[in-house]
Amino acid sequence: MSATVQSSHVTTGIDPRGPQVAAALTSVVLVAVLLLAPGPIGIALLAAQAVVFALGATRGVQHAPYSWVFRTLVRPRLSPPTELEDERPPRFAQAVGLGFALVGLLGFVVGADVLGFVAVGFALAAALLNAVFRFCLGCEMYLLLTRITH
Amino acid sequence: MSTGAWVVVAAVALALGLGCFRALTDGRFRGTHRVRDVAPVVEPVEPVEAPWSHVAAALPGATLGEKATLLQFSSAFCAPCRATRRTLSEVAELVPGVEHVEVDAEHHLELVRRLGILRTPTTVVLDRAGREVTRAAGAPRKEQVLAALGRAE
Repeated sequence: MSATVQSSHVTTGIDPRGPQVAAALTSVVLVAVLLLAPGPIGIALLAAQAVVFALGATRGVQHAPYSWVFRTLVRPRLSPPTELEDERPPRFAQAVGLGFALVGLLGFVVGADVLGFVAVGFALAAALLNAVFRFCLGCEMYLLLTRITH
Repeated sequence: MSTGAWVVVAAVALALGLGCFRALTDGRFRGTHRVRDVAPVVEPVEPVEAPWSHVAAALPGATLGEKATLLQFSSAFCAPCRATRRTLSEVAELVPGVEHVEVDAEHHLELVRRLGILRTPTTVVLDRAGREVTRAAGAPRKEQVLAALGRAE
């Protein structure tokens, strides 16, 4: 017997490999940012990544630019997904990524390079965890943050 | 190497370390946190209230299993919670006397604090009296759940 207390149930969803590919592309961009910052190209790349995060957080990961890459270049070469995934966790993760990207941008722009490197470094670690292990660091932190703030 | 290159190396090491650790420990049932917290018994310990009494207070509609209860904590931003829900409800269908109760952690933070839940999904196995037997953070496999249920009998 099964008693489910959670109210929201998902019948549709997104291909879980989409966010994974997006995280891999994000990782590549963030490595480039770290190697080129605090130079102007590095800062510009970080700003572009922040825009991608913002699009993913507001419109959903499946409508963000990296998802287009996944749909047109990667998905046609893969078999259909065995199961679909809720779109809210990766969307929340994009918002967390946006937070780190903005702190990093602020750091590099005002000349606090250490702050910039640390923020982008954490964003890279989170993106790698997502790309390699499908592990969503932002999602894990959500309950801990809720516990502390409520 | 530039500062940025060092940060790349550190981030990769951090991600691989954490990822491998999680891959090894996720879904593994371990002794309850209460057992770990209790010092070696010298003087009689006051009887601890069974976790189920807190669950029943938070979720009046939930029923305790005749043999055991699989108490799952979930949240909205949690991809592995879906897989865990499927595994646990399958086990509850399969094993007579076992109930699966899913708790939305965000809406029951008091219960989350009382039971010391840090992550979703966390699965707590309760025995017939509603006492905690063991718990696992991360999505457990079916065999792991069945083995943990064996300890609840």
